[in-house]
Amino acid sequence: MTTITETPPAPLSARLRVPGAFVLGAVLLLGAAPLALSDFRLSLLAKYLCYAIVAVGVSLAWGRGGLMVLGQGVFFGLGGYAMAMHLKLADAAATGETLPDFMQLYGTGDALPWWWKPFANPGFALAMTVLLPMAVAALLGFFVFQRRVKGAYFAILSQALAAALSVWLVGQQATTGGTNGLTDIQGFFGYSLDDPVNQRMVYFVIAAVLLLLMAAARQLFVSRYGELLVAVRDSEERVRFLGYNPANVKLVAYVVAAGMAGLAGALFVPAVGIISPALIGIVPSIGFVIGAAVGGRASLVGAVLGAIAVAWAQSTLSDAFPGAWTYLQGLLFVLAVGFLPGGLASLGIVLRRRRTRTPATGETA
Amino acid sequence: MSGEGLTVRDLRVTFDGFTAVDGVDLDIRPGDLRFLIGPNGAGKTTLVDAVTGLVKATGSVRFGEQDLLGKPVHKIARLGIGRTFQTATVFEELTVVQNLDIAAGAGRGVRTMLRRRKDVPEPVARALETIGLSRLRDRPAGVLAHGQKQWLEIGMLLVQDVRLLLLDEPVAGMSHDEREATGELLRRVSEDRTVVVIEHDMDFMRAYARSVSVLHAGKVLSEGSVAEVQADAKVQEVYLGRACEPEPALGPAPTPAPAAASVAEEA
Amino acid sequence: MTVILNQSFTGISIGAVLLLIALGLTLTFGQMGVINMAHGEFIMTGAYTTYVLQKSISGAGVSLLVALPVAFLVAGAMGALLEWLLIRRLYTRPLDTLLVTWGVSLMLQQLARDVFGAPNVQTHAPDLLTGNISMGGGITFASSRLFILGLALLSVLVLTIVLRLTPLGRRIRAVVQNRDLAEVSGIATGRVDRVTFFIGSGLAGVAGVALTLVGPIGPTMGTNYIVDAFLVVVVGGIGQLKGSVITAFALGVLQSVLEYSTTVSVAKVIVLVAIVAFLQWRPQGLYTLRTRSLA
Repeated sequence: MTTITETPPAPLSARLRVPGAFVLGAVLLLGAAPLALSDFRLSLLAKYLCYAIVAVGVSLAWGRGGLMVLGQGVFFGLGGYAMAMHLKLADAAATGETLPDFMQLYGTGDALPWWWKPFANPGFALAMTVLLPMAVAALLGFFVFQRRVKGAYFAILSQALAAALSVWLVGQQATTGGTNGLTDIQGFFGYSLDDPVNQRMVYFVIAAVLLLLMAAARQLFVSRYGELLVAVRDSEERVRFLGYNPANVKLVAYVVAAGMAGLAGALFVPAVGIISPALIGIVPSIGFVIGAAVGGRASLVGAVLGAIAVAWAQSTLSDAFPGAWTYLQGLLFVLAVGFLPGGLASLGIVLRRRRTRTPATGETA
Repeated sequence: MSGEGLTVRDLRVTFDGFTAVDGVDLDIRPGDLRFLIGPNGAGKTTLVDAVTGLVKATGSVRFGEQDLLGKPVHKIARLGIGRTFQTATVFEELTVVQNLDIAAGAGRGVRTMLRRRKDVPEPVARALETIGLSRLRDRPAGVLAHGQKQWLEIGMLLVQDVRLLLLDEPVAGMSHDEREATGELLRRVSEDRTVVVIEHDMDFMRAYARSVSVLHAGKVLSEGSVAEVQADAKVQEVYLGRACEPEPALGPAPTPAPAAASVAEEA
Repeated sequence: MTVILNQSFTGISIGAVLLLIALGLTLTFGQMGVINMAHGEFIMTGAYTTYVLQKSISGAGVSLLVALPVAFLVAGAMGALLEWLLIRRLYTRPLDTLLVTWGVSLMLQQLARDVFGAPNVQTHAPDLLTGNISMGGGITFASSRLFILGLALLSVLVLTIVLRLTPLGRRIRAVVQNRDLAEVSGIATGRVDRVTFFIGSGLAGVAGVALTLVGPIGPTMGTNYIVDAFLVVVVGGIGQLKGSVITAFALGVLQSVLEYSTTVSVAKVIVLVAIVAFLQWRPQGLYTLRTRSLA
């Protein structure tokens, strides 16, 4: 009876790999990028990093949990609108008005709608950017997972939710700004967004949030919960017979991913200055998944880099060659998902396997 | 001998008008090693499905003081009832240790769940020893041989600390040596737990069963020790009579066509 | 009373459009489990086929009638090609087909933009289908809508006959119910898949022809319909046509009644909530094939 109960310690280099990569990422994002990039490019990077924050959640829910989250635009939008509503009210208050500019324009009356009023409070609005998406995700997720609605059905319901929210927002022009959305945001908690210094500050906030969420997600990945989530993804029914309720396991991943998307949406508003239905519907919702799919859905770093790369390619190439970019985007999707389901992050493993013909057992996180 | 017994009364399961289990009564005492045998389509797997909450059933199933029918699958599992499946179902991408650790973990608190597993928990190490997979503990379960997967499944039930194990054809597809090892494993396991085994292998049944129930066409045909069951004329008719005459006039429910029944069993 | 009747007629005609666009999906999604996002672009293909034919054939009525079979063949061929090129590699990963076909759908939209231009184009409806038909008592029904209703019901009838009564239909159903058994019974499942996909995509083409009567033709027209079409099959349940038929009309009537009492956008949200509520009661949809598998 000689049982080894201690896992033999990994070599030092392996143990330092993850913290090392994290420090490297922090240096690049917080040090090198702000030094090297112009104000304009840095603000673009801030936007891409917002998409990367969504991708962190996508990697958790889809990559690890197998949940086809095709409605992340909803949560991104809820977070974005919650933030934008507060900033619009703050802008209006700064100029002595009681109503945001667009309401005066389309105005149905002089009174602020009741559901706008609490957003004047910054604490409430900030909390809502995360809690509102999480609540909606919890509600939908509870009903869908509890009744074991199939994965394909869940994907379609997520899309339908994204479509419904964007249609609803367009329909309520007087209170949501309709198709235009909430635009022309001037200040961010008292700081003018016209000032490049403040724009840089927004970038730092976004980069810090991304790093923080990646660290949190990494902890979830390697935790017992992370192992359980993979187990649920691969054989939900078996997990049930072990005494767990898989619905709760999935719900946690889905709600956390929704909260991350909401936070991303909230940070997107000061970075870009707009939130609109066009950022929420079916097309952008699938867009949020593209990056993760291309980079590698199950790999945190892969998903984040994929999201940044796809966003960069989109804004760089779509201006220069709008038609060609759409073909490329479609092709990228077909190739990445169809022929390299682990994304670019798995390219090394696939090649190595092809060379040595041995099953790869390495963790891809 | 500890643990609770399983008491089944008048259990019925119907699929779209087809009665798969038709009024089954069973009394399985604590510490028993009971074999359920019977031809394909007799309702053995469906019986286990009903007990573990996978299919809806009428009648009553009691485990100790607890009523099982109508409870969701995971609540029944938490009462200490575990099962395996005809095709070994393990988490292929996770390692052997991870598989066992998950099985051990239902009911862990939030804080434990959010932390990384630092070492191999004591029950997991013991189960690894019992099922003989200590050396393979860091291999992904997907690369295990068929028999090893079956053992891993049994190991998962052990760390889950179930009081009642329901095993669906645990030795199917195993070599002779593997069968023997599995039989010994079941014998050891049943020292302080109750074990129910569905099996087609008669030699295996004769070697290890403490008691046997024969199911046929959704009903219990015979029950008792191996010797008693083997001496039962009705059992001989079902098992031997089928070989001589294709249409045994047994039981009110018509025997489903063998091919269709085996497809249903595989599904 | 008139209002109610008029609203339910509107609902039925919305339902007919839903049914027509969802009918192909009952095969590709319902029978085969493939989430084909490019289905919307096959609808678009049917619509542009009508547009092209109308430019080359004078007479709106003749071109519409010619367009029905041509669109079926064109869209069907594209579907079969898609199945052969991509989808058959992905049967073990149904959720991934969604993303792959979404990529295809992006490319097809861009192709339409490059060929026909980004702005919407129009076709002329035949005179016979431009007016309203009075049903008496102040109730009117647009004749184009009546045509769509007729076309939808006819398509259901033909599809039912094909699935129920022909050897091909038996093979399709055999593959759906037990792929492995069908394969070992000597059915070339790969070919059956391709033919099923051909028919399903062809039906999308037919739907596209019908849609030219009620709306503009544009590169993104498919996107507007695709999610609603999937919802019909989700609620209707897998593997049975009647589920989709009932659901299409039920959703159509619900939508039109809600639109009348609230607004279009609010109606959409309520319909979605109703669908989620419905799935609580029937997680597998209205009708379902029951099997004894774990998954």
